[in-house]
Amino acid sequence: MQVDFNAPYKNRVQQALNDPNLRVAVSKATDRMTDARLASMDAVEGQKLRSQVRQMKQHVLRNWPDYLQQLESNLTRNGCTVHWAEETEDAQNIVREIALQNSAKLVVKSKSMATEEIHLNHALEEVGLRVVETDLGEYIIQLADEPPSHIVAPVIHKRLEEIAEVFQDKLDMPPTREPTKMTSLARARLRQEFFSAGMGISGCNFAIAETGAICIVTNEGNGRMVSSMPRVYVVVMGIEKLVPTVEDAFLQLQALCRSATGQNLTVYCSMTSGPRQEGDVDGPEQVHVVLLDNGRSRMLARGYGEALLCIRCGACLNACPVYQEIGGHAYGSTYNGPIGAVITPALAPEISQFKELPHATSLCGACREACPVKIDLPRLLLDLRSDLVQENASPKTEAWGIKSYASLMSSRRMYESLGKMASIGSNLYAGMSGGNIKFMPPPFNGWTAYRDFAPFAPKSFRQWWKERSKLRGQT
Amino acid sequence: MHKATFKQRPNRVALFVTCMVDMLYPGVGIATCELLEKNDVEVVFPEEQTCCGQPAFNAGYRNEARKLARRFLSIFGPLVENDEVDAVVAPSGSCATMTSHFFEVLFEESREEELRRQAERLASVTFELTEFLVDVLGLVNTGAHLQGKAAYHPCCHLYRELGVDDQPRKLLDGVEGLDVVELPHADDCCGFGGLFSIKNSGISAAMGRAKARSALQCGADAIALCDVSCMTHINGILSREGISCRAHHIAEILNNHLGNSLRPPSQPEPQQPDHPRRWGD
Repeated sequence: MQVDFNAPYKNRVQQALNDPNLRVAVSKATDRMTDARLASMDAVEGQKLRSQVRQMKQHVLRNWPDYLQQLESNLTRNGCTVHWAEETEDAQNIVREIALQNSAKLVVKSKSMATEEIHLNHALEEVGLRVVETDLGEYIIQLADEPPSHIVAPVIHKRLEEIAEVFQDKLDMPPTREPTKMTSLARARLRQEFFSAGMGISGCNFAIAETGAICIVTNEGNGRMVSSMPRVYVVVMGIEKLVPTVEDAFLQLQALCRSATGQNLTVYCSMTSGPRQEGDVDGPEQVHVVLLDNGRSRMLARGYGEALLCIRCGACLNACPVYQEIGGHAYGSTYNGPIGAVITPALAPEISQFKELPHATSLCGACREACPVKIDLPRLLLDLRSDLVQENASPKTEAWGIKSYASLMSSRRMYESLGKMASIGSNLYAGMSGGNIKFMPPPFNGWTAYRDFAPFAPKSFRQWWKERSKLRGQT
Repeated sequence: MHKATFKQRPNRVALFVTCMVDMLYPGVGIATCELLEKNDVEVVFPEEQTCCGQPAFNAGYRNEARKLARRFLSIFGPLVENDEVDAVVAPSGSCATMTSHFFEVLFEESREEELRRQAERLASVTFELTEFLVDVLGLVNTGAHLQGKAAYHPCCHLYRELGVDDQPRKLLDGVEGLDVVELPHADDCCGFGGLFSIKNSGISAAMGRAKARSALQCGADAIALCDVSCMTHINGILSREGISCRAHHIAEILNNHLGNSLRPPSQPEPQQPDHPRRWGD
């Protein structure tokens, strides 16, 4: 069963949990990526690399406006047109405008989370453009009409059999489950699209402030074609995705490739520093760079600047046991997994718009351990939970429950009486149901829906202590 | 967090037994107490103690958590400040994390510098049980003996927040007769996560079942761990799924509370996995 992206959170999670194929597909792929990451990070001084990238990104954030200005002026000097987009609609309008001005009919895209974030495909289709995703994974989910379910592996939730079905259904592929045949078919189709596209759109893995170069990393070469074949090339980049120098770019590239796919380097790393110059034999005539805020400065102001260090490698998703159980769609947001659970509410106009996400984690810390920038994700999730309480966005019964618990626990007398009552009650109840408690009333029915509960001890530790002290003649 | 170094072997500690051990698993508290006393460490039990406030903190209710943190500090703080005890020991990685990491977070947020300083001082002498036994007392063999196969599950707070992992493993290796096997994907969270186990009970239980499958895969009769909260969750799953393996707090193993053998004579062979945690290629 498919996860319905538009269903309420609880339903999405249940749908994901009910789908045994999803779990198999996701955990197999995430395990593979985690093993590759560990091996690749171990091959270099991984811990040192993490510290260096973290320091570099922190430095960028401390000098954010300066580096943005430097980037803007160098982009402009290189002949690019720079656009600033504050919110989703602004970015959509800017890109639409560029397409309409250049009478583009067909747009080819390289995989980009920033454009997913602003639902760009939909916005362009609304004004009559045809948009084709050219990353193989993105191509598959575009055919299946689904959003990506992983930051770097968008089709991670589908097994080969399901992908074959999509290709048979949408591309009239003759029945086969051979990946090479399927890939060849996609490649042939996409080649035609590249030739006829009037505009190419990509995201940006990082932009170098000192040179004004835009860098995208891919494994299929589609990014290079998107950025060089069409007449117009548009880059949509989050404003945190910049590095000061060329050296920093290669530092981040190391961390990104090794953490994302466990490769020492991706197959392609394409740098664009401006449109075609006189005498150049190829390259786009126009390069537009859309600098997208869309909540990023809001996030910093709210105290979640730490999450702006993220380089979007997806390592935290692969390491997350919750993500492994439910995949990406259950989160219901563009970004999912631990980092998604943090930045989705932190970027949103109101944190409470995504109040389930900070709770969709057991706070085990595997994400922080995997993060190449050492983002303290558990701490940020805890902070978001606190913000939700501050905004009164938590359930009333929960607030009442926690307040009552805090009062009870503030008094030794009440704590001890509660313990005694719970002991007598739970033992009576457990006795009736054969030793273990199999059902409890709300809100604890969530516990007994899946697990038994052993009754409270007949005699508490403190009673034992008291009795022992008495025997020993102490008070 | 900076840990204190002791000039001489500590001979008196305050027991932070934790509310769950107190009310649900007194045996773990008794074992903790006896393990310490056997090794010439006097145990003081401040009877005013209740809960450290972690459930409130975990759920985002920081004012309520601070209320309990203040109370906790007022009980344990003076014992430490007045040198009435050398250290505070808790049979829980999670509760020790709350008092030794998150108290500081709470008082930093409320800008209560004096309390933050007290919390920092307390943190420097707060130890999880196995950490105390191995790192401070230099113990590896507690004189325990137990027949059977056990796997160690590193609970997340203990493993990732306190960085304690070798200590409990060393102590288990020292148990005579115990066959210690590695739990597949040992460092995967069991899915408890405090309020998460109720708010997201479906996901929590799915993670718990993955842990149960790991236990079946390695054929362990018991899972040894250092937190009764994770233990309650794992045992709840194992019981519901009809699996005979059980999780036990390490203190009870180290103090010979479980009898001579983990495997009752009626159940000689562990069950085979019906659904592996990871599929082969």
